Amino acid sequence: MGDHSADIDRHVRIYVVVFVTLMALTLITVAVSYLHLPLPYAVAVALAVAITKGSLVACYFMHLISEKRLIFMVLALTVVLFLALMMLPIFTVANRVEIQ
Amino acid sequence: MEIPWVVTARQDTGLNNGKIGIWLFLASEVMLFGALFATYILLRVGAPTWPLGSSILNVPMATFNTVVLISSSVTMVMAWASVMRRRFAAYRGYMGATVVLGFVFLVVKYFEYSAKFHHELFPRTNTFLAIYFTLTGLHMLHVIGGMAVNAWFWGPGARLYHENPEWFANRVENSGLFWHFVDLVWIFLFPVLYLL
Repeated sequence: MGDHSADIDRHVRIYVVVFVTLMALTLITVAVSYLHLPLPYAVAVALAVAITKGSLVACYFMHLISEKRLIFMVLALTVVLFLALMMLPIFTVANRVEIQ
Repeated sequence: MEIPWVVTARQDTGLNNGKIGIWLFLASEVMLFGALFATYILLRVGAPTWPLGSSILNVPMATFNTVVLISSSVTMVMAWASVMRRRFAAYRGYMGATVVLGFVFLVVKYFEYSAKFHHELFPRTNTFLAIYFTLTGLHMLHVIGGMAVNAWFWGPGARLYHENPEWFANRVENSGLFWHFVDLVWIFLFPVLYLL
């Protein structure tokens, strides 16, 4: 990414916008929890907000939005392995394995 | 001895070595926390009953800590931007604020843990508390680790700024990547443990 002074000024303006958005999303996720939605909806909303917040942090604070291809390749592999890890409990439940 | 590729990018990777190193490390960290999140799901769906996080844990305190950690991510990225703009005094201020905010997070966590222990709520008490203390404890160790690195670059490590500011900017960026990752993990821990 270009790191000239004008670029940095632009970065800083973006950081402020991202910060305000993250604060607003934090308030939303806490407010929604007080609505006591049925669990599947509560999980869906909480995860959607968390994924949005996480993406903002990764894209802008961690500069992923302008990162090199090799980093994306590393992260793509990480996503595949992470999803496989999340599948383990789902398969376990699907197979009705009892947990003692 | 001159260490190669600390500032300039390698032709084959397009990156300096520090950058690719920290991202590989963060990838391994995703799997570490991923294993514990998978454990959480397995324990939760396998349990006959599961308490609502807010019935045991202190949501206002955790919300405050979320705000603290997000703010510290902003001061961290502003510290990097200050080095890039060659404003050393501003860098010192932002990096110092990042370390202080990390400390505030730990103090709040100390009060949270103390309240639990005071009410005889320990990791051995039930499965929910076991995974709560494991996940937040591991996260807290990461906060302490990140604070140690950031404090080093605020204090003695800042000497490098005067010798090689570009190299120093890369180091601050890489320690920032770790710090943002710590923030990112908390962004998921907070709703999963406290709100659901």
